Amino acid sequence: MSTGSELRFDDVVVRFGDLAAVDHVSLVVPEGEVVGLVGESGSGKSTLARAAVGLVPFEGAITLGGEPVPTRGRRRPVQMVFQDPQSSLDPRMSIGESIAEAIPPGSSRAERRAEVARLLELVHLDPGRSAARPSELSGGQRQRVALARALAGRPSVVVADEITSALDVSIQGAVLNLVRELQRELGLSMLFISHNLAVVRYVATRVAVMRHGRIVEQGETARVLADPEHDYTRELLAAVPGGHRAAVPTSTEPSRSTP
Amino acid sequence: MRRWTAVLRTPLGLAATVLTVVVLLLALLGPLLFGDAASADDTDNLLAGPSGDHWAGTDNLGRDIFLRTLVAARLSIGLALAATAIAVVAGLVLGTASFLLGRRAGRVVVAAVNIAVAFPGLLLALFFAVIFGVGALGAVLAIGAAGAPAFARLVQTLVAGVAGREYVDAARVSGVGRLRILVRHVLPNIAEPLVVNATIGAGGALLSFAGLSFLGLGVQQPAYDWGRLLFDGVSLLYVNPAAALAPGAAVLLAGLAFNLFGECVAKGLGVTTPASVLAPRPRGLSATAGTAGPSVPEAPTDDEHVGDDVVLDVRDLEVSFPGPRGVVRPVRGVSFSVRRGEAVGVVGESGSGKSLTALAVARLVGEPGRVDAERLELLGTDLQGADTRAQRRLLGTGLSLVFQDPATSFNPTQRMGPQLAEVSRHHHDLDRRAALARAVDRLRSVRITDPERRARQYPHEFSGGMRQRAMIGMGLMGSPSLIVADEPTTALDVTVQQQVLDLLAAIREADDVALVLISHDVAVVREVCDRVLVMYAGRVVEDLPAADLASAARHPYTRALVAAVPDMTTDLEQPLATIPGRPVDPADVPAGCAYADRCPLASARCRTEDPPLETDAAGRRVACWHAGEPIELSTGLEDAEDAGDDVHERETVEAL
Amino acid sequence: MALGEAPAAVTVPARTPGTGLWSRPWVRFAARRTGRLLGSLWVLVTASFLMIHLIPGDPVRNSLGPTASAELVAARRAELGLDDPFLLQYWHFVQGLFTGDLGTSLSLRLPVYDVVTQRLPTTLALALLGFLVAVAIAVPLGVCMGVLTRRGHGRRTELGFTTTSVVLGLVPDFLLGVAFVYVFGVGLGWLPVAGNTTPSAYVLPVLSLAIGPAAVLARIVRVEMVAVLQADFVRTARAKRLPDRTVYLRHALPNALTASLTLGGLLLGSMVAGTVLVENVFAWPGLGSTIVSSILAKDYPLVQAIVLVYGAGVLLVNTAVDVALALLDPRSMIRED
Repeated sequence: MSTGSELRFDDVVVRFGDLAAVDHVSLVVPEGEVVGLVGESGSGKSTLARAAVGLVPFEGAITLGGEPVPTRGRRRPVQMVFQDPQSSLDPRMSIGESIAEAIPPGSSRAERRAEVARLLELVHLDPGRSAARPSELSGGQRQRVALARALAGRPSVVVADEITSALDVSIQGAVLNLVRELQRELGLSMLFISHNLAVVRYVATRVAVMRHGRIVEQGETARVLADPEHDYTRELLAAVPGGHRAAVPTSTEPSRSTP
Repeated sequence: MRRWTAVLRTPLGLAATVLTVVVLLLALLGPLLFGDAASADDTDNLLAGPSGDHWAGTDNLGRDIFLRTLVAARLSIGLALAATAIAVVAGLVLGTASFLLGRRAGRVVVAAVNIAVAFPGLLLALFFAVIFGVGALGAVLAIGAAGAPAFARLVQTLVAGVAGREYVDAARVSGVGRLRILVRHVLPNIAEPLVVNATIGAGGALLSFAGLSFLGLGVQQPAYDWGRLLFDGVSLLYVNPAAALAPGAAVLLAGLAFNLFGECVAKGLGVTTPASVLAPRPRGLSATAGTAGPSVPEAPTDDEHVGDDVVLDVRDLEVSFPGPRGVVRPVRGVSFSVRRGEAVGVVGESGSGKSLTALAVARLVGEPGRVDAERLELLGTDLQGADTRAQRRLLGTGLSLVFQDPATSFNPTQRMGPQLAEVSRHHHDLDRRAALARAVDRLRSVRITDPERRARQYPHEFSGGMRQRAMIGMGLMGSPSLIVADEPTTALDVTVQQQVLDLLAAIREADDVALVLISHDVAVVREVCDRVLVMYAGRVVEDLPAADLASAARHPYTRALVAAVPDMTTDLEQPLATIPGRPVDPADVPAGCAYADRCPLASARCRTEDPPLETDAAGRRVACWHAGEPIELSTGLEDAEDAGDDVHERETVEAL
Repeated sequence: MALGEAPAAVTVPARTPGTGLWSRPWVRFAARRTGRLLGSLWVLVTASFLMIHLIPGDPVRNSLGPTASAELVAARRAELGLDDPFLLQYWHFVQGLFTGDLGTSLSLRLPVYDVVTQRLPTTLALALLGFLVAVAIAVPLGVCMGVLTRRGHGRRTELGFTTTSVVLGLVPDFLLGVAFVYVFGVGLGWLPVAGNTTPSAYVLPVLSLAIGPAAVLARIVRVEMVAVLQADFVRTARAKRLPDRTVYLRHALPNALTASLTLGGLLLGSMVAGTVLVENVFAWPGLGSTIVSSILAKDYPLVQAIVLVYGAGVLLVNTAVDVALALLDPRSMIRED
């Protein structure tokens, strides 16, 4: 599925008028790994994500396996999952149609139907429910459909932008478990954006800390959290509720890459 | 479709619909039925007044004005619809252009529409009437062109609303073309408001057309529409008023019909419920019969020691709202007390009733909500009494409130200083100068730098964290014994969250102020509070020391809640716990324990009998028949799925 | 009481010292708003200039009729300057606006400038009075209704008010005018129904002009008042246990008014154009009667000038509304349009 698919940001700048929302950012998402991107509101992390999928114009280079990420045409190897489960699915389309729309063209109707069923199963939803409307689903279920839609594009990399922050605590866990499972079983690479350090710690092998449009620190998650080099990272860690007691992960084993 | 038929059930909606149908039928059939009679000259009755033969009299050729009014329906309505069609098509082209053309070219179209829309339709219609010429065709083009900018603006707004939604971004990321996105995602989602507004627009066009014809700029003799009849009739006003009143009434009725029909449909399609402000989750009101679950009185707690140092004492608090299918009780028999200097956390998911509990304590549940309690005392004063000045002063100065969203909690049109100062102006009778000085002092006390300058600024000039600190400062204008903070840090960044929590802690320490901290974030509550109340479906299900949350919680919901959220010590090798199903809808609380459907320990007894909140020797309370029994915490997605689907399917089936 | 400047806090706007003029919100607002006004004025001037060129066929032949001699048509073309190069005509047109030389009315054979300046005051008087009456009715009514029908209160009052105001708002001013003429002029004979010679002659035209917009505006004010009364900051004000009067007047009203103005601004602008129909009903000797007769007479120079005046009037009203908004709600200055 992913051959030579390292997502690389090289000196990326995104400007909104005079403001550089993303300011000379370089970042690598290695093949088969989940890279966490943390930062507070306004740090530019979502803008960076939108640049990766071509939703905002940027300067610099964003490459996938050495080639620029295509932002025109039907083949889109970088896919994105958005924050708000209320608005992430078209209320007028069945969830099956939403997923099918993202399948690259060229397959027959039956193939598409089978693919939709396979994807629904992959995110632990009953394939028989493909005719359901988004309004019939809970927030967590919608977010899983959104993941399935992203996977339908046969992506090499998925960008997940705050996908759990709008969910009730009792269903956040299910989505996080699914993210880890997909990464392990499919070897999916991911740029996982969150303001929540504990969540990033749980899913990401590497982490980058962003502030005022710049990346102030990046490295192995275990290392960055245990031994932060930048003051801002330390500040973030100290601010995690209950965080000052134990900022060190219990498992420092970084062997959670492709099985 | 149900929403459309709902329009027919209101008297106004029914009247408007019937009127619209009648008008449309008249337009279709009028000329066929009365065409000949309306053009027959009755030379014996020139310019006659109303009579049995001619209900509205006759014109200068002896033609029956009433019949001519009926026949004119077709031309009047046909022209109005044609003009509306022009306006809608032109508006759609202009309105979607900015979406299709992309940023730069789109901006030009938007600017052009913005300028055009500032000019009133009548002025534009006159302008175009000059260009297109006097007459029916010219008037149709003029009114159509004049209506286009307003419609374009509407389409732009609607398109922008949908285009900003994430499913449109998702489609773009999938490589779907702009035109296809417009057709598949955008247009279907704006179709309803478009149709409604086109209907209202048709009513407007009808009236505008009558206006142009009335000025002599529209339909010309020998053709006639209502406006033309009115134009002719007004000159006869002193001879035969009915000649003007008949077409005038026709214009008015037809215009009203279209407009009211559109308005009623618009109202029917928009979802507005009067109780939607404080009643959580109005969407849930579609569930089963509105019998809220039986309110089980809590176990007698009178034996619990209530000392002199109790700041807040709440017994059997209930909040209810009238719902479409009976009374909804989002808070059902909550009892707790808070001692001087104590920090009590209240955790629960959305809809658990935690925020309403806070509002009820502060006596801020607005109508139509109802608050009942066996006891509701602040500093020994009963808050359920009359709304006296003494009570207002007690609540205004002894109780301090901090709300979730500091961005919307200040009056945007007033400077910060006076907003704080008015507390002292009113409750301490300070003059403006002294009150403002105190406000500046309080701002300084909540660590706002340069408070003199800040006091002269507007709320939007403050950052989010600063606003929340100012909100706390406002609570300190009095000398509060209790601070109730409802999700005070949810809208803030983590580093700012820490500052606000530290500030609250410092205030508690300095003045022995008690704190009730409401939060969905178990970690925050665990860090800040001494004691935690866990709420589920409007009840307190567990009351325990914060230190026991992680290790010694006994209620299965509390334990799942703690395990479902990763913190900085979560074992990376284990999947997170999940809670199957979804939170209980306050309008549909099941019999028995509300948590039973999601609980791995649930037995038959749990589904029939709601467990009382029992107090143990150490003063901890829990409401569970299986408190403390060992659990295999659910981590599987399938479990969550099945339960969720069950709940869901039931809801949808009943909604049909 | 260390601060000597406390009372001034209410009037002096907060600003960061020494960061340049451009950083001040009101400077940016004034610049942006002036730019938009000038841009709109340019569009208006250009549109009214183009009007005569957009007419299909030969406008002069249209206006003089098919029987007019070729010499007359040629002479009229020359008089209107239509034989000059296009850009030169545009230049003359713009120049004329600054010098007051707007050409000669074809039907009245008088300078357009004189006709317009003579009739403008009567129209202005009508529009301004209509304006004041509409606002004077709508704001207190809307606020009272908002308080009475807040959150579930007074369902019947709300239904009655909404229905009445919807219906009244829909009655076009000219129909209302005709009805007034019939009832008060023909039937009761209480009030004059034509001309503007006596003060009592203003009553019916002003009411015809104002009642519809007043009804719509009152409805907007009510809806905004109800919405504002549910806002978080009103809850804050209640939490401070201020008297109801203070909550309504100091916290709710300014915010309800700004929201109403945002929506109702266009309505006030449309009243400027509403005078056209009302003047024709009441034979009001203003620009509104003149524009209709000049359109019918194909008196293009006069039509152009009156369209310009009306358009400029609308733009001025819109600008005034925006300035009022900026004064009432400082956020509206920084809100990008």
